[in-house]
Amino acid sequence: MNQRSWAGLALAAPALAIVVVFFAGPLAMSAILAFRGRDGGFTTAHFEKAFELYSTDLLFSAAIVVLSTAAIAVVAIAIAGYLTLGEHPRTQAILRWLYRWPLFIPFIVTAQVMRTFLAKNGMLNHVLIGGGLIDPLQAQSMLDWRGIVVAFVWKQAPFVTLLLAGAMAAIDRQHIEAARNLGAGRLRVLFEIVLPQARRTLMVGLVLSFVTMLSVLSVPMMINPNSPTMLTVDIAYRINSHGDYAVANALCLMSLALASVGAWFYVREAARKAERG
Amino acid sequence: MTSIGGFRWGETLARVVVIALLAFAIFGPLANLVLWAFAERWYFPHKFPQEIGFTYWARVFAPRGSALASLWTSVGIACLTVLVTLAVAIPAGYALARLKLPARTLILLVFLLPQAVPNLPVYVNIARVFYELRLNGTVTGVVLVHAAHGLVLAVWIASAAFAAVDASLEEAARNMGASAWRCWTTVTLPLALPGLIASAIFVFLESLDEFTGTYFVGVPDVTTMPLLMFNASMGGNYQIASITALLLLVPSIAFMLLVERFLKADVLAMIGR
Repeated sequence: MNQRSWAGLALAAPALAIVVVFFAGPLAMSAILAFRGRDGGFTTAHFEKAFELYSTDLLFSAAIVVLSTAAIAVVAIAIAGYLTLGEHPRTQAILRWLYRWPLFIPFIVTAQVMRTFLAKNGMLNHVLIGGGLIDPLQAQSMLDWRGIVVAFVWKQAPFVTLLLAGAMAAIDRQHIEAARNLGAGRLRVLFEIVLPQARRTLMVGLVLSFVTMLSVLSVPMMINPNSPTMLTVDIAYRINSHGDYAVANALCLMSLALASVGAWFYVREAARKAERG
Repeated sequence: MTSIGGFRWGETLARVVVIALLAFAIFGPLANLVLWAFAERWYFPHKFPQEIGFTYWARVFAPRGSALASLWTSVGIACLTVLVTLAVAIPAGYALARLKLPARTLILLVFLLPQAVPNLPVYVNIARVFYELRLNGTVTGVVLVHAAHGLVLAVWIASAAFAAVDASLEEAARNMGASAWRCWTTVTLPLALPGLIASAIFVFLESLDEFTGTYFVGVPDVTTMPLLMFNASMGGNYQIASITALLLLVPSIAFMLLVERFLKADVLAMIGR
């Protein structure tokens, strides 16, 4: 290694150290504690117990985050696509102003907002009743899996849209105009010209959202705390009510396994890009 | 002509309807929160609160109330987190963007770790370690946890900001005889500054809004705004929870309105490269 690479490593070292000590270390500890029995030996008992008690919640968590990620992708592509290819400047300006309000609203506030909005007495029901769309007797609380998905999409879609719209704006307009001049419709331009060039950014945004949603505690805890619920709620419950770090860590590893599915997509994409150079 | 006119009207109508639905989806929930913040009494099936007033606001802002104290705790922790994070993220971001780093992809992936891995396992175990180090329930402990998490965005955005700076400008400055330091402070840093400010904003907000880490590491002595809100909401006090939520919304929305000024498309396009 030459002097320049040493200088680079030295500059990056403090930041790396913080991540390793305060993040990677505890993470490794989670893996160890999940497999360590009371006598200090190796055991899979914690996993057996975790599966026995929480296998439904594992599936529930996976279904929620997959569904939310898919919905986020649809919303982000629709909005970013219209912002890039739309032909009505005023609508685009309104949309650009509108879509990002939830961007920096914290998950915990989103949870509180949805807890009131989607409740039986919430504004959604009042508007549906007022609009004659449902009967007052049909009003029901949406504070179950639907509430979690709505909260996740509401909060994360603007983030992915912002990234995606930025990537789309950076695309050479000539590609788009050439395709339009050759008679391609806007939808076709979106899916065959624009989206492929912005795909990497979309993937990054979706993977980050996928993983973030897997570790959000406040939204499932405030919207749907009863079983079946997400693994995060179970982990907090194991620790706060039972001081049971072993099973909690086994559950942690399960959510890590779910997350690594998302990370695998990301790494595959990165490797493909490296191959192309 | 009429058919074309009819088509246009239909399209305009569709546009208005879609925008109106989107506006309701975004502002409806927020409006509901505002109503709760001023509701004194509100039972189903009343559409609006039966009584509105400021009783709960007075309680939140009472001089010996816990809300103001937790507001200052939150802001203080967020500022410290920004200082710690930027002090290490700026050199790291510069190194990743400009210098030849061995295993550069690996290093970028390590910085992705706190974002690419569910945080809960980390908080759970770090709380155990901090308990033995007596860092549990201290501001230092909370700041360290927030900084480790904030580093991801800070390093990635800082690296993108430096990468977006045209290297030929730096070369020109060096060719005209500027020292490396002078070149860095007069060319590189000012050009990358908007991106760096954006990363500081992101770190500040992430810290201000962070709940899970504080929930495990900060208890019982460090009560930030999100924790206060959570306790109020789970205790069934929707008014206090909604008022606290509104207070947390103010910086979030202010930064949302400002962010594009700092985070230009050219920087966004460099993120993750």
